[in-house]
Amino acid sequence: MKIRFQYIIALAIGTLLFACKKDNYDPPGSRVSGKVLYKGEPIGLKFNDVTFELFQYGFGKVGALGQVFDQEGNFNLLLFNGDYKLVIPNGQGPWLPKGTGGKPDSLDLRVNGAGELNLEVTPYYMIRTPQLAAANGKINATFKVEQVVTGVDARAIENVALYVNKTSYVGQGGDFNDGETVLAGGAIVDLNNIALSVNVPTYPTTQNYVYARVGLKIAGLEDRIYSPVVKINL
Amino acid sequence: MKKFLSIIAVATMVSATGCIKDKDFLNQKPPAILTPDEAFRTPADAFSVLSNLYVRQLDFSSLDNGWESFVGFGESFPSNAGSAWIVRDSEWGYGDWGNWDYGYIREMNLFLKRCEESKTLETKDKTQLLAEGRLLRANFYFELTKRMGGVPLILEPLRYDFSGDPTYLQYPRSKESEMYDFVISEMEAIKDQLPVRAITANPVTGRATKGAALAIQARAALYAGSIAKYGAKAPEVTLPGGEIGIPVNLANGYYTKALAAAEAIINGQAGEYGLYKKNTTNLSENFASMFLDKSGNPEAIWVEDYKLKSGRVHGYTLSNQPRYGSEEEEGGRINPSLNLVEAFEMLDNSFAPLAVKDGGGNPILYTNPLQLFEGRDARLHGTIITPGSTFKGRPVDIWAGYRLANGTIVTSDQRGGIKDLPGREKVPVVGLDGPIDGLEFVAQSGFYIRKYLDPAAGAGSRGTQSEVAFMRYRFAEVLLNAAEAAFELGQPDVAAGYLNQVRARAGLTTALVGANVTFDRIVHERRIELAFEGHTLFDMKRWRLAHTKWDGTPLSEAELISNLGSATRRNTQPWALWPYKVYNPGSPDDGKWYFQRKLLSWVTGARRFRMGNYYSNIGTGILANNPKIVRQPNQ
Repeated sequence: MKIRFQYIIALAIGTLLFACKKDNYDPPGSRVSGKVLYKGEPIGLKFNDVTFELFQYGFGKVGALGQVFDQEGNFNLLLFNGDYKLVIPNGQGPWLPKGTGGKPDSLDLRVNGAGELNLEVTPYYMIRTPQLAAANGKINATFKVEQVVTGVDARAIENVALYVNKTSYVGQGGDFNDGETVLAGGAIVDLNNIALSVNVPTYPTTQNYVYARVGLKIAGLEDRIYSPVVKINL
Repeated sequence: MKKFLSIIAVATMVSATGCIKDKDFLNQKPPAILTPDEAFRTPADAFSVLSNLYVRQLDFSSLDNGWESFVGFGESFPSNAGSAWIVRDSEWGYGDWGNWDYGYIREMNLFLKRCEESKTLETKDKTQLLAEGRLLRANFYFELTKRMGGVPLILEPLRYDFSGDPTYLQYPRSKESEMYDFVISEMEAIKDQLPVRAITANPVTGRATKGAALAIQARAALYAGSIAKYGAKAPEVTLPGGEIGIPVNLANGYYTKALAAAEAIINGQAGEYGLYKKNTTNLSENFASMFLDKSGNPEAIWVEDYKLKSGRVHGYTLSNQPRYGSEEEEGGRINPSLNLVEAFEMLDNSFAPLAVKDGGGNPILYTNPLQLFEGRDARLHGTIITPGSTFKGRPVDIWAGYRLANGTIVTSDQRGGIKDLPGREKVPVVGLDGPIDGLEFVAQSGFYIRKYLDPAAGAGSRGTQSEVAFMRYRFAEVLLNAAEAAFELGQPDVAAGYLNQVRARAGLTTALVGANVTFDRIVHERRIELAFEGHTLFDMKRWRLAHTKWDGTPLSEAELISNLGSATRRNTQPWALWPYKVYNPGSPDDGKWYFQRKLLSWVTGARRFRMGNYYSNIGTGILANNPKIVRQPNQ
């Protein structure tokens, strides 16, 4: 077969002409990151559970860009420059909703290059000084609970729990823990001195460490407050 | 010259056929589209329009909606490799079960408008057709409300005027209570315009009757009452505008309406409905055939009907028939879970786990696997095919392997797999129906489903399929609705009376008295009687029990067999029960059966019902199109 160079050249020129970089949009390049804080202290959340939404205006119909906070309450967004609204939907997060009249809490956001954005919230409770350690086949935890919201908006503690898991994703539910000890809110004697312990699970392949954290369920709210995830060497 | 000839020929043809006047040229009546006048000329014409609307009614579990719509929620296991996600996933999506089919609502509204405007239909026919249309529309709004809460209540066909301003088409969501009020008042208004079905020797009907209107009314009022009463169990599932959630002070009003509507059916005001009791000698067979019998069935109030050789058939039996002896190389998909099997009561109204192990933890031996299930509610064998039972006269072959004298288990990973046993060569060491962990289409949980399974020849073959009708509303549910409403209204004796009717048919002849009727009893009775009929999810939602029942925590064996009658017991994972045979020639135990509870390897998730699952998410497209739509809570 004879190779016809004129076709190849024509194709090459065509490719060069039409596959120009200028035809394409740049990818989003502005990195906005931040975390939820209470007076400068981070609040632990459950993996993939607490959501927020971003709306960008100016492009026809407005639909939410669904996002989630990670286990430490961090978020990390890669956005185009422009005007956004950040919304925490009603009922999301273990904190006092700031929105009034049934409207969700929202924040106008102008993105122009990389930046940091911390969201200050008022959680109903804070878990203070969690100490988690392994001893005699158990994980022992001691911590304090500080009630932040008092008065008419106050909510009771439904329970506190200690979770232990094989991986660093730790929280309530079978996917997130291999062992838990739950203490009902009514059974807590002293908020400044709560102790829980849970047996270290046995795994088919031995692993000389586990991850654990403490969670607090607020009555009438789905999302729990967690302490930071701790890796515990056995 | 030849060229000229052809030009002349073409010109002649054009002038001969293209002779329509210019003004008529594009003004042709399309032969495939009927105008409203033509479509509503006679009752038969109008009914053909209506039949399309009938077919599009929404059901949660329905026979033409795929077998998967019956499975899940801890009550069954999907024995189909492509559906293993049902037991692998822990969370349900926020959008699951959602529906926003306003296209269908518009067509029902158009039907009502055009039928009303028809000049040729007689008043008598028109009245019934309109009543049927309104019943379909209200029932569909009921189905939407169950899934979405309050939705925009649109009762007119809307038309866009192309002015560029669609705001007049944007309706806000109604309150959840208003939705139920609408359904109840529609049924009240049309019930006397619908025919009363004569049951004796008549085939079941998919068309709306007075009985159907009252049954919908009773169920809707009961749902509204329980959402009002039990809303406090999940206070976060409300919206300040009332689109979600019903005030608690309305509960009694709804329960009163539910009881009245249900009693109207029970007392015969809507026709000769009653419990299906054609076979009084075998109560399990009677229960199973209630779903299959299409002639003179007093139980059927409103069904979704099918007919062989009409194109309207379904493959439910094809999907779920016992694999051994099936008419195609498939079947066995819905495997009821051990969780459900354990919940069937003993005949003395007590709860007892299956006697699998003795006090010392050793397996109990049985000469016949059916002995394990003896002395229980007859609905067990009417709903579920257990090891040792038969379908179409053929025993199912469910057993997982042989246990040798030294405790070794001999089994195979193929249906009826053949291996050598000590002293015997080449014998099957596992049943032809399994169970084999991870092998699809066999009874992996140890059970097959029986409800709705059609024993007719050909029902399990792809070419023929089945014409068994789906019971949307049936008499036993009306009785249970009446019992629940009466119980909530503080009339436990009345409730006990209705429960006893349903239970007596299942062989539970020790009557309950008022003091025995508790909320847990009501929940339990509905679970057993209405298993696999599309009620589980909506019942748990309206009682606000779903987040307790499916809380994401794995179900342990100890929990599986304790608190069997409790309404709040966990049901996050389906368990299995595997029968084994003892192989020990010369010993009296040889050939005996024993059983083992087991969590299958596909079951890695533990279902978690989040607060945001109580009402399905409204799509962002809908929210963007209509700013008046309020978002769902917790999403």
